[in-house]
Amino acid sequence: MKTIISSTGNQLKSPFDLRFGRAGWFCLLDEETGETSFFQNEFKEASQGAGGKVVEKVVELGVGKVISGDFGPKAKDLLDRFNIQMVIIPDGNQKIEEIIAQLK
Amino acid sequence: MPRRKRLRKVVAPPGFRGYKPYGNRHGKKEHVDLLYEEYEAIKLADYDLMNHQEASEIMGISRPTFARIYESARRKIARALVETREIKSVFGNAHLDKSWFICDACQARFTIPPTLQEQKCPLCRSTKIQIINSKK
Repeated sequence: MKTIISSTGNQLKSPFDLRFGRAGWFCLLDEETGETSFFQNEFKEASQGAGGKVVEKVVELGVGKVISGDFGPKAKDLLDRFNIQMVIIPDGNQKIEEIIAQLK
Repeated sequence: MPRRKRLRKVVAPPGFRGYKPYGNRHGKKEHVDLLYEEYEAIKLADYDLMNHQEASEIMGISRPTFARIYESARRKIARALVETREIKSVFGNAHLDKSWFICDACQARFTIPPTLQEQKCPLCRSTKIQIINSKK
């Protein structure tokens, strides 16, 4: 299953981003192979509807699980509709690699 | 700046988009917006016959706030009936209480979509998970 983690930067050492729609980067992790890749959030500066657009992208990528600090009401509704699992980590001091280590 | 509105927990959204009067003689009028939390208040108090204290705990708000929402809901419905207006259900300040879970081991909160069978934490694989209910 593929997982997306919101991130503030494009490295494994980057801190985790508590925002979903307006996170700077996303880390795409393939849980079977352990491969990771980063892509920039093109909707970060969108005036509105960033969360919804990110969800569309997430659905396109065929992701099954999203990890972030919180989700907006629209993003929540959409993710629910597409049966994508949402995971909220309340603590923003973790690094991406630490979260990935927890997942294994 | 006004105080921010706490999200009201709604167990299930209303099963309708709206209600329309029929056979009305006064043409079409502006509709009444019934918020999700107002629908939930009516449901808890008048359909599930709970008292306001119990109902407010389920919605995660105080009893006086519940009473205000409930009153606003009744007034809107009365207004729609008397003035033959349509009722539309609108999202409002609701937080849909689709089963959110919390993991006892790592404190992560998460949902379990119906496509997943396993009841365990998606982060640390702990099986010590709890469904989040009304925060008291």
